Amino acid sequence: MAEPVEVNFPELKHLVSERAFKGETVLLNMGPQHPSTHGVLRLLLELDGEVIVNCVPDIGFLHTGIEKNMEAKRWLQAEVMTDRTDYLNNTGNNLAYCLAIEKLADLDVPPRAQTVRVILVELERISNHLIWLGTQALDLAAQSVFLYCFREREAILDIKEMVSGQRMMTTYFRPGGLWRDIPAGFEIAVRRFLRMFPERLKQYEAILTKNPIWLDRTRHIGKISLEDAIALSQTGPVLRGSGLAYDVRKAQPYSGYEQYDFIIPTGTNGDVYDRYQVRMEEMRQSLRIIQQALDKLPYGPFRSNNRKYVPPPRAELGTSMEAVIHHFKLWTEGFNVPKGAVYHPVESPKGELGYYLESNGGNQPYRVHMRTPSFLAIQALPIMAKGHLVADLVAIIGSIDIVLGDCDR
Amino acid sequence: MSEEHLKMTLKSLKDRFGLHESELMKYPPTLVADPAQMVEICQVLRDECEFNFLCELTAVDYWPEEEPRFNVVYGFYSHAKNVRIAVRVPLNGDNPSISTVEGIYRGANWHERELWDMFGIHFDGHPDLRRILMPYDWEGHPLRKDYPLGYEEPQFTFNYDEIDKRKHHGRYEEA
Repeated sequence: MAEPVEVNFPELKHLVSERAFKGETVLLNMGPQHPSTHGVLRLLLELDGEVIVNCVPDIGFLHTGIEKNMEAKRWLQAEVMTDRTDYLNNTGNNLAYCLAIEKLADLDVPPRAQTVRVILVELERISNHLIWLGTQALDLAAQSVFLYCFREREAILDIKEMVSGQRMMTTYFRPGGLWRDIPAGFEIAVRRFLRMFPERLKQYEAILTKNPIWLDRTRHIGKISLEDAIALSQTGPVLRGSGLAYDVRKAQPYSGYEQYDFIIPTGTNGDVYDRYQVRMEEMRQSLRIIQQALDKLPYGPFRSNNRKYVPPPRAELGTSMEAVIHHFKLWTEGFNVPKGAVYHPVESPKGELGYYLESNGGNQPYRVHMRTPSFLAIQALPIMAKGHLVADLVAIIGSIDIVLGDCDR
Repeated sequence: MSEEHLKMTLKSLKDRFGLHESELMKYPPTLVADPAQMVEICQVLRDECEFNFLCELTAVDYWPEEEPRFNVVYGFYSHAKNVRIAVRVPLNGDNPSISTVEGIYRGANWHERELWDMFGIHFDGHPDLRRILMPYDWEGHPLRKDYPLGYEEPQFTFNYDEIDKRKHHGRYEEA
């Protein structure tokens, strides 16, 4: 038996069990610089041998004050910061922010812009799931999957670079539509990806799905019951893995998701393996959505014609004084959003991503709050981790798919 | 069906607690409540109106206004009926407090810790009200409007001691 330890942080005493003070269990610090905590997550573990008795997450190492910063920027400038929160789901964050502004300002979005948004967001979902799959497999020592996943993700980043000039921080969606129309080769590039990807997805599954080591490391690990998942406000693959088919795209469709035919995969056990299955199927469903969206991609304007929010086309500036005034006002003062508040949720790859925006009628947001799935997923981590081995904790952290930038904002 | 459920919930809450609808919120439909009623409202929403899911919990600071200085916004969702509803709670004064709803919606735990950290809103009865995003010895509540959006000088080896001395007294009184 170890010597009794003195816990130096009195405010943490209620978080560990009595046994820690008697020296029967060990307190172990994991992170924030640990390769498998997916960023800068710190966990205080109370261990009985190798079994986790208590797990206390400590977040905030990547807190950059984005919400505060956005209050000091104009609406359009603030959008640039939304990319930086969840850096694996940039377009998704842009979309949630733009939709919230559009709701506040009653701004219309043309069908073409909506369809392009859906295509890019679904590509982003695949890209996010690829990183999740790669890193989760890497954590469980299947290194080759990681390399394959990043190879396919490169194709998606190329498409994003093609439309916006940026591989990651695109800020391509703007309130009222898109920054500019999609380039000529876009459809070909996406179709090439659609042809290539299903085969690759089969390859990943051939490596993992029936692999005995993978099954041992993931099945019956990190279980969360449906009641717990709902009580702890879980969304996305964590909730669906536990068996509830809740998806904002179906429940409260936005950007024309009601037109697409897709299913919501669910699991039954709520363990790491179910969350893996859910995400793999989600990638297939995303491919279906992209296929349908590409087939019906309408022609027409790519952004709204509301000049109070959307800049006029370059050609008009030479002939119309009004266009010059609008252009000048938009790029010096920015647009004003009517007084009001709104909460707008979208389905990000990690779960329900909601933007609470409040405007006092000015050209800057009065308050921005992001309800981020990673924040709440880490809250549920102790429930999933209790009773498992430290080695399994690595699998559990991987399976809830967190991005600490998303969590700490 | 969901629309009806929403109307019925709004009406029953209005009759029961004497609430009115918020004009500020465009979406979702929002009621304004007193802080003292909030725990009971949550109880009714969860147990009687099938709003089983706390989807968000945030706050807004209206400084320099004092009454109300803060608004706490609770967002609820019902998986069964597929509707959203929100409740805004105005809070007065510089050191506001409100009862925790952590006992009803466990997911509120970290949200409330975040609001304590960022706004200094005290949640009475919360089991673990510590700072969550800022360091545990931080002074002040950054998302308050009277907290300056200042810039902290990076601490390198050559100026480490000099900044360290400044850190422990009057960090943001200076700014």
